[in-house]
Amino acid sequence: MKITQISVFLENRKGRLFEVCLLLGKNDVNIRALTIAETESFGVLRIVVDKLDIAVKILKENNFVANVTDVIAVEIGDKPGGLAEVLKVLSDNDVNIEYMYGFVEKFSENALLVFRFEDAVRAQEILAGNNIKIVTEEEIKGL
Amino acid sequence: MQIPYWNKEIETASRQYLEEIQLQRLKETVGWALQTPFYKKKLNKVGISSGDDIKTLEDLKRIPFTTKDDLRQNFPKGLLAMDMKEVVRIHSSSGTTGIPTVIYFSRKDIENWSDLVARSIVATGAVSEDIFQNMMTYGLFTGGLGLHYGAEKVGMTVIPVGGGNTIRQVQIMKDYQTTLVHATPSYLLHIHSILQKNNISLKHLNLHKAFIGAEPHSENTRRKIQELFNIDAYNSYGLSEMNGPGVAFECMYKKDMHVWEDAYIVEIINPETGELLEEQQQGEVVLTNLIRHAMPLLRYRTRDLAFLHSGTCQCGRTHRRLSRIMGRTDDMLIINGVNVFPSQIEEAVMKIPEVGTNYQIYVKKEGAIDKLIVNVEIYSKMFKGTASQLDTLKHKIKEEVKASIVITPKIVLHEPGFLPVSEGKAKRVIDSREAL
Repeated sequence: MKITQISVFLENRKGRLFEVCLLLGKNDVNIRALTIAETESFGVLRIVVDKLDIAVKILKENNFVANVTDVIAVEIGDKPGGLAEVLKVLSDNDVNIEYMYGFVEKFSENALLVFRFEDAVRAQEILAGNNIKIVTEEEIKGL
Repeated sequence: MQIPYWNKEIETASRQYLEEIQLQRLKETVGWALQTPFYKKKLNKVGISSGDDIKTLEDLKRIPFTTKDDLRQNFPKGLLAMDMKEVVRIHSSSGTTGIPTVIYFSRKDIENWSDLVARSIVATGAVSEDIFQNMMTYGLFTGGLGLHYGAEKVGMTVIPVGGGNTIRQVQIMKDYQTTLVHATPSYLLHIHSILQKNNISLKHLNLHKAFIGAEPHSENTRRKIQELFNIDAYNSYGLSEMNGPGVAFECMYKKDMHVWEDAYIVEIINPETGELLEEQQQGEVVLTNLIRHAMPLLRYRTRDLAFLHSGTCQCGRTHRRLSRIMGRTDDMLIINGVNVFPSQIEEAVMKIPEVGTNYQIYVKKEGAIDKLIVNVEIYSKMFKGTASQLDTLKHKIKEEVKASIVITPKIVLHEPGFLPVSEGKAKRVIDSREAL
């Protein structure tokens, strides 16, 4: 139950992030989760959106360098120690995380975390085996 | 394989025969040159007062070099050898950097030139069935009209679209199923990025070949063009002082450019001392035009850097070959005391597959130190979505450039389409130190 994340290369230029967000907004694409990996001279924007196909299409049409990656989103209780519980399961089972980021859902009691794993198949088995809820693409669209 | 020739007798002539033609034409050209105030003075000074004073090709060495400055100082008519009534065409440099360089052609001169262009076209294997879209600028610049006349002479279907308006260029390529184009390498790379942006597949085009020229470029740039479009790209060389395109052209084997030695005498010199260099030694290209009556030019210093070699070519042509242009005597950058040619940086950058279609070299002062910045567009298809991939790429480019020029550059990655593209010759080097 992977979901798809879009990565966008952002050169170090004033207003470039704004331009991405404006473009997505104008095309009625809603950003569900977002993080930026930054270096001294450029950034990589990672987003999860409700309308994946439209987002990829308009980004490419507008000359953005974009790429899609499979990630896994899980739901955890929005309470102290919520993240630690999931990380403990992963750590105990030697599952490596390449990177992760999180955000808080508006309409439920839960928080959403986006993970990129080295071994996504095994990570899913372990998460499921420990009763951690994995969020589906449909659920992301409906958020 | 059947080798196509335009004029087999001349193209495969023996060295001895070529030299006989050269000598006879040199005498004639010197005779014409003596009709101009500029050459009359110059040649009389070294004891040449008639074409017959040239007894052997060795006598060429007695003639002093002609420079671009000479052309400017004698603007507009100091080198005109005919009555203006006989002149059918003028070409000229833009003159943006000073007084323009003007070139005059008689009807016969245009015919001779077109014939050389036709010879060049046929040498690449292009045929009369080709649909030829000429993307070089028409007008005072010789690149457009030069190829146009040669292509018509071969009998190709010529589309004289000229430079610029990329969307229209692509539409025309689709509409008429263009098989052959003529453009600067940087413009072809720009076209490719427009194809990508508009999701136009190469399937909708019918392109097989490209003639590239008018700006120095590396072998890696040629390779990139060939791979991106899945075509054969042929390097070409020419300059308006020597008529225009068609001075030297690659044949179908693409191993450097045959200089048409029945029409030009080529010499390579040390640009600092003027001393003649041997084959294989890189230096400044010096050319004598043997086929232009209206405006003869003897031992013209082109400022282009290259070397000559005479090994046999598989195509059977005996005319010696000129390497690709390695740079110009006037585009060398001195960065912290080290001589750097932009072509060295291009060579290093363009061999990396993740690099896109454009780059720019920027030099500035930081205090007393020169700083080299190379702006590089990335190739979108190669982007995997991680910052670490891009960091690795930056590092790789930096190491390649450093290995080539010994200076450590700062590499800045850009999105495709960010760097300015000129629709003619690309402005790839910005030296902000000049303003200081």
